[in-house]
Amino acid sequence: MKFHSRTLRTAFHALRRNKMRSALTTLGIVIGIAAVIAMMEIGNGSSKAIQRTIASMGADILLVLPGAVASGGVSFGGGSAMNLTPEDMEAIIRECPAVRAVAPIVRARGQVVYGNVNWVPANISGTTPSFLDVRDWDVGEGEPFTDHDVRTAGKVCLLGQTIARELFQGDSPVGKDIRVLNVTVKVVGVLAPKGANMVGMDQDDILIAPWTTIKRRVSRASTNQNVASAQSSTNQVNTLSALYPGQVSLYPAQSPTQAANTPLPVRFTNVDQILVAAQSSTQIPAAINQITQLMRERHRIHDGQTDDFNIRNMTEMTKALASTTILMTRLLLCVALISLVVGGVGIMNIMLVSVTERTREIGLRMAVGARGRDILRQFLVEAVVLCMLGGTFGILIGRGSSMLVRTVLHWPTELSVGAIVAAVAVSVTVGVVFGYYPAWKASRLDPIEALRYE
Amino acid sequence: MELIKLQDIYKTYHLGEVDVPVLKGVSLSVAQGEMVALMGASGSGKTTLMNILGCLDHPTSGRYWLDGQEISGLSTDQRAFVRSSKIGFVFQSFNLLSRTSALENVIMPLSYTQQGISDREAREKGSDLLRLVGLGDRLDHEPSQLSGGQQQRVAIARALVNHPPLLFADEPTGNLDSRTSEEILQIFQKLNVEEGLTIILVTHDSGVAHHARRSIHIHDGMIQTGAFAANDSSQKSKEVLP
Repeated sequence: MKFHSRTLRTAFHALRRNKMRSALTTLGIVIGIAAVIAMMEIGNGSSKAIQRTIASMGADILLVLPGAVASGGVSFGGGSAMNLTPEDMEAIIRECPAVRAVAPIVRARGQVVYGNVNWVPANISGTTPSFLDVRDWDVGEGEPFTDHDVRTAGKVCLLGQTIARELFQGDSPVGKDIRVLNVTVKVVGVLAPKGANMVGMDQDDILIAPWTTIKRRVSRASTNQNVASAQSSTNQVNTLSALYPGQVSLYPAQSPTQAANTPLPVRFTNVDQILVAAQSSTQIPAAINQITQLMRERHRIHDGQTDDFNIRNMTEMTKALASTTILMTRLLLCVALISLVVGGVGIMNIMLVSVTERTREIGLRMAVGARGRDILRQFLVEAVVLCMLGGTFGILIGRGSSMLVRTVLHWPTELSVGAIVAAVAVSVTVGVVFGYYPAWKASRLDPIEALRYE
Repeated sequence: MELIKLQDIYKTYHLGEVDVPVLKGVSLSVAQGEMVALMGASGSGKTTLMNILGCLDHPTSGRYWLDGQEISGLSTDQRAFVRSSKIGFVFQSFNLLSRTSALENVIMPLSYTQQGISDREAREKGSDLLRLVGLGDRLDHEPSQLSGGQQQRVAIARALVNHPPLLFADEPTGNLDSRTSEEILQIFQKLNVEEGLTIILVTHDSGVAHHARRSIHIHDGMIQTGAFAANDSSQKSKEVLP
């Protein structure tokens, strides 16, 4: 230990003897490491931000759709079956660990009226508050509706920016009553702007409400034009009481006898789609597997039979996400490597100059008993010390500049411990690799020649 | 007792196809406690002989005993060890490390030999030696702040730090004026008499050689005179030894 500390001290002393040259040499490594750290942190931050953005476009979203119904050889196309239930949704979130959130979608189409203005939204969706979580969508103004609203089929809704603009023309819609297919609902909030989606559809042209409201009040109103008949359809199996217990039942509960008499539901409450958010975009395949298995079980589909549902994912977006991440990582790696190689070559140059310049010193050290490997070690340690110093300053400067970038330019940056560890490891490696040749050269000097060197 | 014994040393350099014989059968001996001048014109093989004596080079043939140890067959690393433990070097151009204090210069060889020694011990040893050569008040001076004579004294202190029995001085006064040369040579004499150190002065200056008790003259790769000590001089040197 004592011996190593002496070698180290000798190295420091030799470097101090030539402060300016040591400082300039180290500068190469300082810039290299600082660039690596700063690039990694800024790059990581940007990469995360891009991933978040792509994810918010729905890259980690899966869509569970009902299967097709065919009658007499005529298929009605995807989604024509009415076999997705709210219980399916509950089961998915309960039993699939790769799933972060689920939301049902019940669709409707029709006119929305406020005062003397009217508008037909591209999208009227009934859902639950977790829709906002699944779509990673914020409420810009007001409040989202609650689970309680879903349970009680509350007459509330959230508006997208486009509808809000078209209907209210600059006024705040929050708290106002609008009519959706002649059902009066209250606007409780306005969604944050989302813009167009990948195929160019305006995502802000949306109205969302509790799915029970759309199902029970709005769709019913539009199809039957007769609210009373909905309330009298007692032969319907009310699955809501199982799902949301404690609500004021709109329909009388089935007696056990009735349940036994109707082993298959004559008509149950279905949802049009189930929107699923995976834990992360890498978990999507796992989520698909888990959901497929669960749904086949729940829908009692035997082996060999085809699924009565479809799962869609945003393959295109997921691919974009993955390739973006890979691209960013590789780009950063290239930049890092180039700067480190440049720094390393700088160190090697200076060490070679140093060996030539100190030939007499080497000869003297050999004359007083230093062996070749002592000289080799001394020069190697000098190179490594230079690189370590450079690495330390580089980390500080890199951290500093990435923090500066964050505070001044407001770019997202992310502390990368891996980059720091790698930078230290790399700076030592660079020191050894690029210091070895000059050190080896020094150790091979002939003491007689070296002492006579002018 | 013989400290150095050379028997039939040949050294031939191979310059391409041509063989250049430099030493042609040198035999000599130096007793412990002697102060010998090695003289010869340039091109006489003086430097080659010194390199072999100083264990910096190995002979083409012949045998060399230093302090009872056969040297001629040793490897490079083994010779480095012999140099560090048995030989001190003083050079014409001092060869001090620049921007390094006198004390640091003196204790530099210790990092290759006595690795167990503590810093304080090393510094004490160094300052003792600097005091011995009369530089006790200049421990922290760097070579650029010292005169030529003072620099050579630092070099002498450095040569002594490992307590070698043998000191080589290669033209030690070549870069010094006559008054300073005299001082340096007196230090050598003092070391020879008081410490019993064997000293070999390599020089072409007969004025310097006169400070030694015996002169070995080399000419054309062969010893002309003084290869072996006359009886009276070895007797005399034995009287000096404790």
